[in-house]
Amino acid sequence: MLELQKVSLEIQGDKGFEILKNINLKFYEKKIYVVTGPNGGGKSSLAKIIMGVYNPTSGQILLDGQDITSMSITERARMGIGYAFQSPPRFKGIKVRELLKMAASHNPEKVNICDLLYDVGLCAQDYLNRDVDASLSGGEMKRIEIATVLARNLKIAVFDEPEAGIDLWSFQKLAETFRNIHMKYDTTIILISHQERIMELADEIIIMSSGMVSAQSERDIILAGIMNNDSCACSTKCVKGVGQSAECVG
Amino acid sequence: MLNALDKLMLEKVADLHEIPQGAFNIRKNGAGVQRNTTANIDIITKTDKSGIDVIIKPYTKGESVHIPVIVTEENINDVVYNTFEVGEYSDVVIVAGCGIHNSGHHKSQHDGIHTFFVRKGAKLKYVEKHYGQGEGKGQRVLNPKTIIEVEEGAAVELELIQIKGIDQTKRDTEIRLMDNAKLVVTERLLTYQDQEAESNITVELLGVDSSAQIISRSVAQNDSKQVFYFDLIGRNKGRGHIQCDAIIMHNAQVLSTPRISAHHSEAQLVHEAAIGRIESEQLIKLMSLGFSEQEAEDTILNGFLK
Repeated sequence: MLELQKVSLEIQGDKGFEILKNINLKFYEKKIYVVTGPNGGGKSSLAKIIMGVYNPTSGQILLDGQDITSMSITERARMGIGYAFQSPPRFKGIKVRELLKMAASHNPEKVNICDLLYDVGLCAQDYLNRDVDASLSGGEMKRIEIATVLARNLKIAVFDEPEAGIDLWSFQKLAETFRNIHMKYDTTIILISHQERIMELADEIIIMSSGMVSAQSERDIILAGIMNNDSCACSTKCVKGVGQSAECVG
Repeated sequence: MLNALDKLMLEKVADLHEIPQGAFNIRKNGAGVQRNTTANIDIITKTDKSGIDVIIKPYTKGESVHIPVIVTEENINDVVYNTFEVGEYSDVVIVAGCGIHNSGHHKSQHDGIHTFFVRKGAKLKYVEKHYGQGEGKGQRVLNPKTIIEVEEGAAVELELIQIKGIDQTKRDTEIRLMDNAKLVVTERLLTYQDQEAESNITVELLGVDSSAQIISRSVAQNDSKQVFYFDLIGRNKGRGHIQCDAIIMHNAQVLSTPRISAHHSEAQLVHEAAIGRIESEQLIKLMSLGFSEQEAEDTILNGFLK
């Protein structure tokens, strides 16, 4: 289980800006969580704080009861945390095959790299020997990024907007892949997304806005709320009922 | 006879584990030590100056020529002039590495001046690897000059690699392309400590529909310095592309000057140049796969220089 206790993140500068405010969350194994909410609400920062890219200003992060707050990205990765970037970096001179092999290198299970590509909707024959550089489109890059996370044997897998830039057919394949992992492994899957189709995969949905968890509940309850528009993803200062184009104040 | 050190140097510069098959000429400390010719490839010692003529008969296919040079003593200053005649419609690989092992305190230097005539319709792959080692303070210096005339319909692939141990290098490469000739130059360079490297590549698109692509990737570490001049000149209808990328680290310096000049309205020339450090996102990505920061850095650099 991954637990965030009173986690806050502040950007240092002339004016300190709090990105995450007192986050308390528990992520249990074999569950899919979807984190959603307005842009700038702190979703990606939450993902990065779990992976260790950012260190919290205060609070604690526990993995199976062990305090990992001060652990590096590498240490967390070796403990079984994985993260698929929203905008994955590209590597000149490294082939898709090599990157996936690197990703699978710590996995005790034998990983078939061709299957990984198939799971994200890419034909292995066409991609294994391509360089992971600017010659790949955004959608191709995104799917390879997801495959690097699928290649690992993880306790916690965080995917930051996995659907971005992915076509409809591949999306169906990807959703099926998430379902399969869910059925087959005990991995906790955390998906950051705005897509209803992704939310349908969730056991629980967490809504974040203004750096706080504004709602957390079972999928159907949250989805029903969003569909009926009687719940708002904004902060408490939001003025409801002022028309569809109204923007949140908070 | 070649000793263990010689064999190590040969492996580093020419990927040779044993004496090569086919034609070869091994030069050690300023003198030829071993040579082999084939029915299609002749190697003749020049009479007017130091060096060899390599003559490849027309229509020779699938053969290779290895001409490694090894320097294992200090205080050597070796200048060699090699000429290559690559016959019409032949298809060959020439490997010309140079390895210096200098354990002494005096400079050792090898300057190879190579002139190629790649005849009509021929295909040539030319690989030049530089490698240096030795604990002494004596500098290891290599100043190669390569001139290539590429005739009608011929194709040349050039791989210029210097990854380790050369303190100072000045590499001049001049290539002239005739009608429908094609050229791909791949340059890989790593400098560290206080090494200095300069590479000047000039390509002239002289014939109709010739094409040239120059891909240079380098890594400059510590207090090293790299200087690049790429000059692509379009004198006829044709296409040329220069792409040079450098990763800069520590206190290193990289100066890159890509120049394109067109003297014909149908010359299409492009240059791209970038210098920057390793992107933090790249490091984070590999660290999130379980690599340490150092392993991530090495992996990125090895891939970049591959």
